[in-house]
Amino acid sequence: MQTFFIVAILVLGFLITFQIAKTSEYVSVLRGEEKSRRQSNNINAFLLLAFLIIGLFGVYYCNETLKDKILYVSASVEGENIDTMMWITTALTGFVFIITQIALFWFAFKYRESDKRTAYYFPHHSTLEVIWTVIPAVTLTVMIGFGLYYWFKITGEAPKNAMVVEVTGSQFQWDFRYPGKDKILGKKYYKNINAATNNPLGQVWDDPANHDDIHTTGEVHIVVNKPVKFIIGAKDVIHDVGLVHFRQKMDAVPGTPTTMWFTPKYTTKQMKEITGNPDFVYEISCDQMCGKGHWSMRGVVIVETQEEFDTWMFSQKPQYYVAFPDKDPSNPAFKPDSTSAGSAAVSVGNNQAKTRQ
Amino acid sequence: MDAMHANPEVVTTHDVQHDGHHEHHQSFITKYIFSQDHKTIGKQFLITGMIWAIIGGLFSVLFRLQLGFPGESFPILETVFGKTWAPGGTIKPEFYYALITMHGTILVFFVLTAGLSGTFANLLIPLQIGARDMASPFLNMLSYWFFFLASVVMMSSLFIQTGPAAGGWTVYPPLSALHDASIGSELGMDLWIISIALFVISTLMGGLNYISTVLNLRTKGMSMTRLPLTIWAVFFTAMVGVLAFPVLLSGLILLFFDRNLGTSFYLSDIVVNGQIMPNEGGNAILFQHLFWFLGHPEVYIVILPTMGIVSEVISINSRKPIFGYIAMIGSLFAITTLSFLVWAHHMFVSGMNPLLGSFFVLLTLLIAVPSAIKTFNWLTTLWRGNIRFTPAMLFSIGFVSLFISGGLTGIYLGNSTLDIQLHDTMFSIAHFHLVMGVAAFFGMFSGLYHWFPKMFGRYMNPTLGYIHFWVTLIGAYLIFWPMHYEGLAGMPRRYLDKSPWVSFNQFGDLDRMISIVAIIVFAIQLMFVFNFFYSIFKGRKVTTLNPWKANTLEWTTPIKPGHGNWPGEIPEVHRWAYDYSKDGRDFIPQTEPVGANEKIEH
Ligand code: HEM
Ligand SMILES: [Cu+2]
Ligand SMILES: [Cu+2]
Repeated sequence: MQTFFIVAILVLGFLITFQIAKTSEYVSVLRGEEKSRRQSNNINAFLLLAFLIIGLFGVYYCNETLKDKILYVSASVEGENIDTMMWITTALTGFVFIITQIALFWFAFKYRESDKRTAYYFPHHSTLEVIWTVIPAVTLTVMIGFGLYYWFKITGEAPKNAMVVEVTGSQFQWDFRYPGKDKILGKKYYKNINAATNNPLGQVWDDPANHDDIHTTGEVHIVVNKPVKFIIGAKDVIHDVGLVHFRQKMDAVPGTPTTMWFTPKYTTKQMKEITGNPDFVYEISCDQMCGKGHWSMRGVVIVETQEEFDTWMFSQKPQYYVAFPDKDPSNPAFKPDSTSAGSAAVSVGNNQAKTRQ
Repeated sequence: MDAMHANPEVVTTHDVQHDGHHEHHQSFITKYIFSQDHKTIGKQFLITGMIWAIIGGLFSVLFRLQLGFPGESFPILETVFGKTWAPGGTIKPEFYYALITMHGTILVFFVLTAGLSGTFANLLIPLQIGARDMASPFLNMLSYWFFFLASVVMMSSLFIQTGPAAGGWTVYPPLSALHDASIGSELGMDLWIISIALFVISTLMGGLNYISTVLNLRTKGMSMTRLPLTIWAVFFTAMVGVLAFPVLLSGLILLFFDRNLGTSFYLSDIVVNGQIMPNEGGNAILFQHLFWFLGHPEVYIVILPTMGIVSEVISINSRKPIFGYIAMIGSLFAITTLSFLVWAHHMFVSGMNPLLGSFFVLLTLLIAVPSAIKTFNWLTTLWRGNIRFTPAMLFSIGFVSLFISGGLTGIYLGNSTLDIQLHDTMFSIAHFHLVMGVAAFFGMFSGLYHWFPKMFGRYMNPTLGYIHFWVTLIGAYLIFWPMHYEGLAGMPRRYLDKSPWVSFNQFGDLDRMISIVAIIVFAIQLMFVFNFFYSIFKGRKVTTLNPWKANTLEWTTPIKPGHGNWPGEIPEVHRWAYDYSKDGRDFIPQTEPVGANEKIEH
């Protein structure tokens, strides 16, 4: 019913407009075409001027309404560079935008057709043309300079002390893996991936470095003020680790690992205060079209203090124990000298891991 | 220069073959369907393009319904699209992704490439260079029919059970390569590839024809530096197309193999839906390089013809020569060349080596320089003119405004540092819709209002034209300007519902406003379509040869030119196309010999 009304109104409005348009054409023929052409020429000239003024005001209004809804402070140290760059670019392009739009609409209005004026034959002017080749070129060079300086800072090698976390995207969830106490991520092979045997990432259990690796889904914990390096991959199609608040983004490509690193500045708790939003969380958005659930492929980053992190980490169980409960010392069924796969190199425990370091 | 003149022999044979007297022997089929007349072929491209534009536009209205009113039910959707795609009147995610994919594909390729170049290159090249037809009218006809076939195949994919392709217009594998990854990667994707392959063939045939016609069939006196900028623009467009489209074709062939023959060009280490794929050693990013090697030039294939149209229309209606004619050609050339060297700016965060990325930053921002030159030259053309605001002129002014707004945001995206933040967000959607989508449509409308009298011997109703212009201009800014803010907030593109998100759910009101405006703007386009068809039959008749008082050759043909364009000899050209308001004369047609004491530009 509602749809019907809307369509009816549109059709009616259209018919009226059409009749008016048609009539105006006849009237113009009657009144003398030249005269009515002049008239509509003036009307359009004034409308262009009005559009300029209202438009510039609209730009201001839009900014006033929406500026508080965009980004808060950068939550990573590196992201501050991006924010600086954003300001420089906005200042420069904003200036050019205002000047050129004013010129465009003002010229159009000012030089509207009039009997008093003849157009000025002005086919070219070398100096002018050189000026507006050189000025944009120089300005852009400056911006390239700034941009690349920050670009190399952000994409350069991660600091040595960075904590390493592996991120894996799949339709439509995020998985994370910590290297555990040995600080080494164990080997993976994609053909080992098997949800039924509790090996969602395809870890190679023969590799002892895998035995202390912690696996989580949907939520990743990192430590404030400590650089973190993500090693990013995907199981099925291309995804993208998008971290708005940290100003970071990197594709997750099956078969080709990528990396990103940053230093979180505020804990989730602090960010709740900064944003004034008690529900605030750092989110991972998938930024690369990955199928029907793309829009809902959400992850959460929890930034916390070192102590909080340690407590959390302590409560986590390596995926190895999930896959082989009988290897888990905390399991009543624990058998230290079991014969099942990989046990020879293992005998669980930290001793082994330490030797590897 | 003389060697460049049209070969007189060729002209004579054409004279004989396509003499106007032949006209009435043609049957309906040879005249309107399998026509070899460039003007008719141009109209075929145009009308096919318009049908596609309506479909593509309607798709955007549908997904804007979802974006503006997520979760709300529109029972009519279920009636039209059935329970599979719109159960209970809400759009299923699979449907949403099919809609956006088809919207992009249709508008970029079928409307703004074939519809735009096909219309104006065909209509204007022979008429403005003084030729009786294209170098190969037959190939020209084939070019349209391959486009038609491509259209049929793409259209058929809309009606199959698994639906059309749904991985975005960029069809990145592995998503597009794995049948199990998405319903849109079933048969719909094969049809997409086949359709685009046919499309590429059409573009190549058209493009080669445009290039050879411009090079070989210019009339006496029409040296390259006397060509109107419209011709330069479609000429460069054809070159870009001929060089770039084959690369896409090869990329798609490999994709087709990966999909159906078990090869591993793009696939490696994949487990999809719990199923382990045997492919190892491929590289998914390779496809992106091949795609964007076309994809970036493609955006210039879309915008260059409209730059030509806008230059022409602004000059005529300002009653002034286009400012910096040679600089305009130079910047077209620079854009053409550079457009092949910037493709990886679409891939800054794909894991590409940052050093390599930095070269692409440099080259990308370099391409902003010729764009800036063109803008300043348009502004200077307006300066101290005596401006007539025909609907065509208004759309050209709107084009410049939109091109500035969208071009400036390109400078954000081209700087890789900022692209980390903005890539694949609504900011990039806003950027390319302003600079390419809407601007190219404005250029196209401008050309249609301007050359409609030449195409159909009648005028379109100007009042409807003015309404069309104002609603579309205001609407375009209302839709796309605030979208930048969503992007600055990090809102990813291709998200059909933001309610599960803490970071992106603050724009509900804005999204609703955008959707409503989008529906209004779409309705106004339908009014344009009505005006167009109504005017073909009932518009005010053109009674003078040269209604806009323009200099170019098409206005020396009869009001309704037959096949062959000029009933007698092809006129000779004595000057460039831009002698407006020179030596106290309003305009001096290209056919007028140079006066004894006259100083000429070219
Ligand atoms: C001033 C010069 C321009 C620069 C520096 C520029 C830069 C860029 C960059 C870097 C991107 C990638 C953004 C991303 O995905 O993160 C982009 C996207 C795009 N640009 Fe531009 N651009 C410019 C002008 C244009 C023009 C003139 C057009 C078309 C006529 C255009 C059409 C597009 C399109 C269609 C996309 C999006 C493709 C997609 O991802 O679906 N751009 N632009
Ligand atoms: Cu995704
Ligand atoms: Cu590009």
